[in-house]
Amino acid sequence: MPHLRRYAVFGGVYSNHLALEAVLKDAARRGAEAVYCLGDLGGFGPHPDRVFPILLDHGVHVLQGNYDYAIGHGLPDCGCGYTDPRDNHYARLSYNYTRARTSERWWPYLRSLPPLIRTEWAGQRVLMAHGSPRRVNEFLWESTSPDAFLRRLLRDHQADVLLVSHSGLPWQRRLPGEQGGLVVNVGAIGRPANDGRTEVWYALLTVDTEVRAELVPVAYDEERLAHEMRQEGLPQEFVETILTGWWTTCLEILPPRERSRGRF
Amino acid sequence: MPVALPLLEQVLPVLTEAEACEVPFQGLDTLWLQLTGTLCNLACRHCFISCGPHDDRVPVMSLSRIEALLAEAEELGVKEYYLTGGEPMLHPAFFDVLERVLKQGPTTVLTNGLLIDEVAAGRFRSLFERAAYSLDVRVSLDGMTAAENDVVRGRGTFARIVAGIHALSRAGLSPVLTVVEHSAGLAAEAARQRFLAFARSLGLKQPRVKFLPLVRIGRGARHTGRQGAEEAVREPVPAEGMASLQCSNSRLATEQDVRVCPILLDAPHARLGQTLREAHRPVRLRWASCATCVYEGLSCRT
Repeated sequence: MPHLRRYAVFGGVYSNHLALEAVLKDAARRGAEAVYCLGDLGGFGPHPDRVFPILLDHGVHVLQGNYDYAIGHGLPDCGCGYTDPRDNHYARLSYNYTRARTSERWWPYLRSLPPLIRTEWAGQRVLMAHGSPRRVNEFLWESTSPDAFLRRLLRDHQADVLLVSHSGLPWQRRLPGEQGGLVVNVGAIGRPANDGRTEVWYALLTVDTEVRAELVPVAYDEERLAHEMRQEGLPQEFVETILTGWWTTCLEILPPRERSRGRF
Repeated sequence: MPVALPLLEQVLPVLTEAEACEVPFQGLDTLWLQLTGTLCNLACRHCFISCGPHDDRVPVMSLSRIEALLAEAEELGVKEYYLTGGEPMLHPAFFDVLERVLKQGPTTVLTNGLLIDEVAAGRFRSLFERAAYSLDVRVSLDGMTAAENDVVRGRGTFARIVAGIHALSRAGLSPVLTVVEHSAGLAAEAARQRFLAFARSLGLKQPRVKFLPLVRIGRGARHTGRQGAEEAVREPVPAEGMASLQCSNSRLATEQDVRVCPILLDAPHARLGQTLREAHRPVRLRWASCATCVYEGLSCRT
């Protein structure tokens, strides 16, 4: 009987230090022996500096998201590439706040993060990326990522298991066919998954003879986060998302299927 | 008004192979299917491929051709599909084709909306709910009033398009409205806001609007009185800009061949082969219309 191992993988912290602590606690309780973060540490939430010591104290393996790259290099915007003026407005507010409040001492850390993490679990080649292995800001949504395309990504990037984030909505798929393969979007722990629930989601990977993923919802003190966001003058629309579980901004990126499930 | 060039001349390359920038091919992400060739139930004045009710110079796609392309696309790992024309809903097996493509990947239908009645909207809705992948419908509308729209799309079309959008809306779908910036008033940021508000007034709960710059080829060139011939991509394009060009990861397939992109449907030198594999190679920015993509950021994708 092979030894059973567990790993926790999350993404999209978005400065939500309270959710980060709750997820790390949950992962420890479930016996995760290593924890991975797929990037985007800042944005959206309050006090961006608070997440860094937590990640370092817990020895979390962190890779670089597009936001981390932008803040670390002092870019003028997050490069999210929205076309809707309303989305751009909120993206700018969020980025300007995060950039202004991220201490300069963390910039080299953000710059130093690797774009990809590779490891091996149960003989499976595991690849972790922020958006996709080929582009940091590529969205892999469940309804717009066909099996054939995911197979191509695994083939092109020599992986059997692919773990990504960036889009903020968690899903997983075991690919049918001879080649097999497992693709998991671990979601984001910084804000709810546009499902009307206030919990945030991460992935728990169980490894024995194979790799299996479980998407785990985690509750945290969202009222306290909302209070901090208000105190920091962050937009009411962001606070509303935290308190209701429905996305209120940056909706244009959602494919029609995923968007139709949301309120806005 | 300047005299328009004949169609063929408009789509001839303005640069030689040696002069033009090469766009590296990054793999086939997007496959456009020219489902009804150049057959359309409208003859819009700005149409860049000059489609119309009697135009069969590019034929309607056969089911066997569609199957062959989809089989190849599956092997190549295509990420998304677009059904276009002409008017794709004129295809005799339109909904069967749509259902088939949706089994393989997310699909967007580009339609003028004229054939969307309650029954068609219901079929779209049913596929939207049942399909494994996302279905998107894009309806072309070139103004917020009959006067603004009908001058390019044809008399009486505004009311019919709006009826189609209403039908989709009643079926619980939110199509993307595609607007060509055919007049100065439509090219400004304020126009975008007005159009979004207009889309909401049509009952669309999650309105989206896509603005497209005019492409100065085909009938579009005659409409604007501008020719593309003086425009060309003569400067090197930075790598980042290259990667955002459609021709770096997308191809258009017709009944007869596979082409660089949807805009170059008529360009003889834009034919890359008959199969997707033959078209799996770099292309060069030789055409005047390439300037629209490079300098105005045109992407036919949603």
